[in-house]
Amino acid sequence: MKIAVLSGKGGTGKTLVSVNLAAIAKQAMYIDCDVEEPNGHLFFKPTDLSEKAVTTNVPLVDSKLCDGCKKCVEFCKFNALAYTAKNLIVFNEVCHFCGGCIIVCPQKALTAKERTIGKIQRGISRNVAVHTGIMNTGEASGIPIIEKLLTYGSSKQDKQIFIDCPPGSACIVMETIKDADYCILTAEPTIFGAHNLKMVYELVKLFKKPFGVVLNKCLDGENPSEDFCIEKDIKILCRIPFDNELGALNSNAEIAVWKSKRYHDLFSHLYEVVLKEAKRA
Amino acid sequence: MKELLILSGKGGTGKTTIAGAFVKLSSVRAYADCDVDAPNLHLIFGCGDTPKSTNYYGLPKANINADLCIKCDKCRGNCQFGAITFSDVYKVNHFACEGCSVCHLVCPVNAVSMIPAVSGELMLYENEQRVFSTAQLKMGSGTSGMLVTKVKRQMKDAASGADLAIIDGSPGIGCPVIASISGVDLVLVVAEPSLSGISDMERIIATAQKFGTPTAVCVNKYDTCLGNTKKIEEICKNRGLPFVGKIPFDPQAVIAVNNGQAITDVDCKSGLAVKGVYKNAMKLLHNVANGKQ
Repeated sequence: MKIAVLSGKGGTGKTLVSVNLAAIAKQAMYIDCDVEEPNGHLFFKPTDLSEKAVTTNVPLVDSKLCDGCKKCVEFCKFNALAYTAKNLIVFNEVCHFCGGCIIVCPQKALTAKERTIGKIQRGISRNVAVHTGIMNTGEASGIPIIEKLLTYGSSKQDKQIFIDCPPGSACIVMETIKDADYCILTAEPTIFGAHNLKMVYELVKLFKKPFGVVLNKCLDGENPSEDFCIEKDIKILCRIPFDNELGALNSNAEIAVWKSKRYHDLFSHLYEVVLKEAKRA
Repeated sequence: MKELLILSGKGGTGKTTIAGAFVKLSSVRAYADCDVDAPNLHLIFGCGDTPKSTNYYGLPKANINADLCIKCDKCRGNCQFGAITFSDVYKVNHFACEGCSVCHLVCPVNAVSMIPAVSGELMLYENEQRVFSTAQLKMGSGTSGMLVTKVKRQMKDAASGADLAIIDGSPGIGCPVIASISGVDLVLVVAEPSLSGISDMERIIATAQKFGTPTAVCVNKYDTCLGNTKKIEEICKNRGLPFVGKIPFDPQAVIAVNNGQAITDVDCKSGLAVKGVYKNAMKLLHNVANGKQ
């Protein structure tokens, strides 16, 4: 079973929920797809680490062959190439590697060259196989890292797989939920939270994914995210209170279910509810 | 125009809440929300007004004419994004298509055309006092950096005489963040005193520095973990990064936001603290912008 945890807004508790659910499961895999800001590994502190670089291709120019026709520059839709002072320059970070420049060059002056954009770190923490994607700073897109990360989850049928998604509802998030069996949406009790919940709600609807909502940081008083769930008849899986104990554990990157009986009970219950909901779907 | 950009790396640290307070405190004429993926600043400042709205076109998407197609498979074979599938006919998945037009290039019978596609909406709130530029990327779109650039350009065009601009950024360190950093005078990082927050803060600082942009740091909800707040202050000191202040956790801030108000609109401790952060940030912005000239 693959369960993706997502939210439109950042800081609503994606990592909190996915890390603790993975820690509750008997055999679990935790995949951190928030490759721009991966944090799950800070909680799990996995050991037996292995690392693998993730590469993509970029064009390499053979300046002896390039005759300055600029066909590649004209073709590139991402403005990743420029010809100045009789030199063809490649801006690696913005290149999407569509390969068009290589095809279009009449002199065959361009070839594909591998370039590292980040890495995947794998390790073990108690019952959890921890997989983390880490994008290098200065890179524009971590999608190739996410694609590679998700291949690790595809063969592990015996494990519960929890996918910690990046925030938002852009293409990078669609990539992470594409193969999920169930989606958990986390939301906080502000109008910002409710507005961004609506966006991911539309995303999971579009992908026809079964889903439910975890209301996080609940305070006394109004909760616009809860109002939205009631209005749209969305299953509320659990309410996590705003609480100093949990806040302190989270700040220090401690896994709540390993440290606190109260949160062990709360997340065990959430785990049961999620499995039941996912099976029903 | 001096530009101040508010970033955080980690989401949910309080970028928009602080941007909203800065807008109120400065009575700034030009401001923008560059979090095109999940914009929220308009929830404080857009109420009651109808923005001028224009469609945003990202790159055009491929379309295959089945009547012309000879099923040579060149389009599918050359697509690096797995956007073309075949069962009876060749089809393009518009969510996966990045608009590179390689399929159009390699098709021997001209069966592929590139069709303009709306990828989002640009919005401009404008009156005598202010220009507020924002946008919403369409779900599943991937050209957010380009839209961020358009949000900033729209703001600058509409408020060309303004001497200050406040820009709310997006979480992360990727394409939209890099696009938002381009050309700004100062990045203010809103950090959160958790180990996750510190890790993310270090990554956004590294990103801003890669582009040579002066960077300052403040801490929000600082009293939720004093030890980590101290760590952040030490990191700043060691790296020579200006530390411009700290704001306490304040349930009143949640209430203010839910009423569509800035935290400086109500009498509360976070509103008071953000004034100090604002003063320090403005002084710094003034210094770096003048130093550059």
